Amino acid sequence: MSEQPIDVLIVGAGASGAAVAWSLAETKMRIVCLEQGGFMNSSQYPSAGRDWEARGLSDYSISPNVRQLPADYPINDSASPIKVANFNAVGGGTILYAGHYPRFHPSDFKVKSLDGVADDWPIEYGDLAPFYAENDRMMGVAGLPGDPAYPPDNSERMPPLPLGRAGEVLARGFNKLGWHWWPSDTAIATEDYDGRGKCINLGACTWGCAQGAKASTDITYWPHAMRAGVELRTGCRVREITVGDDGMASGAIYYDEDGVEREVRAHVVIMACNAVGTSRILLNSTSAAFPDGLANSTGLVGRNLMFHPYALIQGVFEEELDGHHGPHKIIRSQQFYETDPERDFVRGYTMEIQRGRGPVTTALDGLHRGLIPWGAAHHDAFRTLYNRITGMVAVCEDLPEEHNRVVLDPELTDADGIPSPRIDYTLSDNSRKMLDHAVARASEVLRAAGAGEIMTESPIARGGWHLMGTARMGTDPARSVVNEWGRSHDVRNLFVVDGSVFVTSAGVNPTRTIQALALYVADQMKRRLANLFD
Amino acid sequence: MSERDDTETDFTAAERETLGAIAGQVVPASAGHGVPGADDALIRSDILATARRQHARVRDALAKLDALAREESEMDFTALDPVARERVAGRFREAHGPAARLLAALVVQCYYRDGRVMRSLGMADRAPFPEGFEVPQGDWSLLDPVRARPPLYRET
Ligand SMILES: Cc1cc2nc3c(=O)[nH]c(=O)nc-3n(C[C@H](O)[C@H](O)[C@H](O)COP(=O)(O)OP(=O)(O)OC[C@H]3O[C@@H](n4cnc5c(N)ncnc54)[C@H](O)[C@@H]3O)c2cc1C
Ligand code: SF4
Repeated sequence: MSEQPIDVLIVGAGASGAAVAWSLAETKMRIVCLEQGGFMNSSQYPSAGRDWEARGLSDYSISPNVRQLPADYPINDSASPIKVANFNAVGGGTILYAGHYPRFHPSDFKVKSLDGVADDWPIEYGDLAPFYAENDRMMGVAGLPGDPAYPPDNSERMPPLPLGRAGEVLARGFNKLGWHWWPSDTAIATEDYDGRGKCINLGACTWGCAQGAKASTDITYWPHAMRAGVELRTGCRVREITVGDDGMASGAIYYDEDGVEREVRAHVVIMACNAVGTSRILLNSTSAAFPDGLANSTGLVGRNLMFHPYALIQGVFEEELDGHHGPHKIIRSQQFYETDPERDFVRGYTMEIQRGRGPVTTALDGLHRGLIPWGAAHHDAFRTLYNRITGMVAVCEDLPEEHNRVVLDPELTDADGIPSPRIDYTLSDNSRKMLDHAVARASEVLRAAGAGEIMTESPIARGGWHLMGTARMGTDPARSVVNEWGRSHDVRNLFVVDGSVFVTSAGVNPTRTIQALALYVADQMKRRLANLFD
Repeated sequence: MSERDDTETDFTAAERETLGAIAGQVVPASAGHGVPGADDALIRSDILATARRQHARVRDALAKLDALAREESEMDFTALDPVARERVAGRFREAHGPAARLLAALVVQCYYRDGRVMRSLGMADRAPFPEGFEVPQGDWSLLDPVRARPPLYRET
């Protein structure tokens, strides 16, 4: 049975769903968010137990196909060299994210004009600047103003994360080569912030932060949004967005936590399921008016999937470093960020320094790479690696390509029988060359810092944690799915606010921009409430 | 795609013995480092409990190991002398890489959370939360040359 129509339905309570819900709450409209996962209980996060590292291989795996929790849906990514990583709960991916929190640069919005590739965004850095600042206040950002790789910004920051031994060693390496580096902006509180305790260096950020120092949206936006009247229904998995005779979105059909099919009717629908989840539901929302899926008259829903191919480059040092103590991210380098015509690829990447690793991860990786043997020699070999590894990942800009896409799998479904997404993705030549360049440069800086053995993985196979591009924004309805303020060109009361709307991916982690965009779209909606559907 | 199997059944006594024996092969005790092997009773029971989540795959890996042992000397792996065990373990890694990696992963994830092992590595014998850890600030003057750089972002 369906209830009275609500004003706004938001699907997905992750990074962007939380931000848009909070921002719209001040309108006093009736807002309901449907989220397939539940609220996390931080006292049960892995770092509260000795088995914390092992749980990253099971119920806190970054892969939904390994976790297989009731909130998860399987993803057929077997043909993709990069596998999807996500988390399905109130907070979405921010439950597991590392909290590395850079902004885009002004140039990232203009790659067509500057480099003749992909497309320019229909908005500019300046359009997002106030929303970056608003989002920074809500999430709480640590870092240091003054990075020469960015124009000055107006955000307040908490002090940066400690350099520690690993940061110091690598900073010396960068200085030796005269390369740029700067303390990372992170969504990690280094002082008590908005009721959250400061970081105590648990070193388990990607297992969920038991301390609450890392800004996941279940503990940042959501308490504020709910206090302001937004209703969050957990354990509710949307199957499809429904459409009325007028061709407008009319609500959604979903399964509640008991698996009972329900319908909710709404005047406005906002998709915030991430770039895989949103295209999956839109493609599954077929009707006479939209036989190929909702908002998909162009056939672009699901296309232009971007991941950020990652390379991992780590070195083994003689001295003791930080091991797993402290947040994963410390400093970043954007020495190779912008296009350089001397190179054989366009665009560039960020080097993000990773602090170190725990004993189990050290052992597993050492065994896997043949650096730690079985038998009596295990102990000495382990001790040459334990607490002595640090390095970095390179976050490479992924350019949009239509053949990289999310489609519905013809066979695989989730527990409610909803078709699963299948990922068709190939690594471009440009990405391959960029990865190779990053591995070579990162090895150089590790050597300059004193590393002996260097270990690499490129691309990181399990590293599909940044999901972007599958419902891109643009002013041309023939070449984009949503307009420059997030509204579907085809369906005038349907909005998308998650990473799907990205036109290009930049060479930095996306979440700060995803959330700034969600606040920007909410702001645009609030300004147009009287004529939102015109 | 689906990487979890949790058919909820227990291991046979023979399988438990084989699992314990291979654990000792991956990480034997070391008097020099003052640590138990992964075949220590406490660590073994942790390995067994953890292995249940991947019951079918672990069972299959153990069967492969025993099959190699029988091929070599018509005995189960547990009945082999230390030299033969090491030889069969080597062949197991070569012939059945994924199965060997599965067992080794099980072993080390339990081994390195044992209090005695953690202490021997100088680690605090506890979960990270709630006490957390200290991390030194480090030398921020290292940033001085970077501060002195001209802007490197691209004007639009
Ligand atoms: C291990 C890991 C590390 C990461 N590290 C970083 C980092 O350091 N920096 C960074 O910027 N980003 C990082 N990310 C990425 C970051 O988590 C995402 O960019 C961000 O969460 C995406 O926000 P979103 O709103 O688009 O989607 P999500 O946060 O993924 O939220 C989508 C929500 O929708 C829900 N949903 C999906 N389908 C349905 C449905 N049918 N019905 C109901 N609900 C549904 C999901 O359960 C989920 O809660 C990381 C991600 C992972 C997994
Ligand atoms: S290091 Fe800090 S942010 Fe990361 S899990 Fe620990 S307390 Fe949380």
